[in-house]
Amino acid sequence: MTAIVFSEESDGHGSASALELSTKAREFGDVTVFHVGAGAADAIAELGDHGATAVHHLDPGEGLPAAPAAAALADLIASEAPSVVLFGMGYTDRDVAGRLSARTGSPVIAAAVNVSIDPVVVTSEIFGGAERVVTEATASPALVIVRPKAFEPEPSGGGAPAVTVVATPDVGRSGSATVTERHVEEREGPDLEAAGVVVSGGRGVGGTDNWHLIEELAEQLGGAVGATRAVVDSGWVPYSLQVGQTGKTVKPAVYIAVGISGAMQHLVGMKDATTIIAINKDPDAPIFAIADLGVVGDVHQVLPKLIEELKARG
Amino acid sequence: MKIAVCVKQIPDPATPYQLDPETHLVVRPQEQVLDDTDRYGVEVGLQLADANEGSSVTLFSMSPSGSLQGIRQALAMGADKAVIIDDEALRGSAALTTARVLAAAIEREGFDLVIAGTESTDGYTGVVPQQIAEILDTPSLSFSRSVEVSDGTVRVERQTEGGYDVVEAPLPVVVAVTAGSVEARYPTFKGIMQAKQKPIDELTAADLGLAADEVGSGGAGQTITEVAPIEARQAGEVVEDEGEAHLAIVSLLEEVKVI
Repeated sequence: MTAIVFSEESDGHGSASALELSTKAREFGDVTVFHVGAGAADAIAELGDHGATAVHHLDPGEGLPAAPAAAALADLIASEAPSVVLFGMGYTDRDVAGRLSARTGSPVIAAAVNVSIDPVVVTSEIFGGAERVVTEATASPALVIVRPKAFEPEPSGGGAPAVTVVATPDVGRSGSATVTERHVEEREGPDLEAAGVVVSGGRGVGGTDNWHLIEELAEQLGGAVGATRAVVDSGWVPYSLQVGQTGKTVKPAVYIAVGISGAMQHLVGMKDATTIIAINKDPDAPIFAIADLGVVGDVHQVLPKLIEELKARG
Repeated sequence: MKIAVCVKQIPDPATPYQLDPETHLVVRPQEQVLDDTDRYGVEVGLQLADANEGSSVTLFSMSPSGSLQGIRQALAMGADKAVIIDDEALRGSAALTTARVLAAAIEREGFDLVIAGTESTDGYTGVVPQQIAEILDTPSLSFSRSVEVSDGTVRVERQTEGGYDVVEAPLPVVVAVTAGSVEARYPTFKGIMQAKQKPIDELTAADLGLAADEVGSGGAGQTITEVAPIEARQAGEVVEDEGEAHLAIVSLLEEVKVI
């Protein structure tokens, strides 16, 4: 057994990262998935379809999953001795990776974009994607946190996986956190992570009064709306729209950056877009260094004209 | 309530970051700043201290080099004191060593609540708060955007992929806050003057009972074998808007068949 992939259920599906990572882990041999959540039949079937031959399933109920999941995963590691445990960048993924490493003393290697085994070698991108770092694990297993979309998910044509139900271990004080309410924020338009066109706004948009320009441009192009951390921090838009290191990673055909300077933390989330268009009034903004087309100008002049032109073309 | 806030000093994020070609460590200038992410952690700690009489806010930082400028910044915001772990043996430490060191220092000082940022701007492994929680045997309420404490219970709004959850846990707890959690205050002149008088304790790994083979690059379980710059995207055409630049955008959108 060489690889365990972590998966967390959301809306009855396995995490997108688990499907990407299972696809990759097939290269190493049989794939075991450690799946946290209610255990919907669709979620388990999708994991099998992407290469999982065994699924260990833990349902934490209303308990915060990280502490019991880390304890149960430590037991699975002890019995199966994998070379790597692969995690996505999801919130629970990172919680479990952190707790597990402290529990077992295993090294954590983050921001990974590629992994190989024998020996375990991980390629990571740091500093907003400016540097590539190759790290060799000297202790086993390596807990590798992989950036979204590093691997393309592909069905394996495999059958239903063998499912083992894992009892929630009693972890005492560490496990005393409970989820008392769950809130889903309304979302409109296409999914940010899957959209072919993303229009993102930064502080340079000027304020909530002008944000409709971003939304209108996205609508004209059938695209999704994104934002920088600064804009989310200012409360203009919800966190679910944040693109960057601490937010979503997008790889659309076209990314339009409006009033975005191009901080390291933002670039890592969008630099792999096929075509990048930037509009900013500061000619020295770092975003221009990676844009295929840069417009030095006032967002409030350029955007209304652009929207009008697109409307006129129908 | 004893509130511990973990903070990190980093090179100014407005400057390009570099790795030392020999050691593969981040090149750290003499003058470092408080990681912006941690300003929010300090702010949350100060607000909770204000709301709970008799509370103290102590900063904890594993600070490999440079001045204490960033720590003074956090003290100037209003934290009561700082505990710095500075030790040559800690160079090259991975996330888990950092967590072991911080957890040991926090435990030595005593704590009810530990607050950290979600991830550092220069390292961003993003697991240190959870590692500290596991070592201290507490829940880790990560990705929290709002934190309240009443009657010995912590209540947070924790971000999820599609919204947020309300999560509760009895103290002691480790909370990792996101940047948008609060509006972080700027130090006042009075705060800056007071910060100069505030105590900064300096500890070594040995003071914390950590053996040499547990810390530094030897305890990392990983070794960097190669560092290389990634070929940057080529900058394309840059046009100055003189009223017609939107047409250049339209023609590129046509070219890539989006319209």
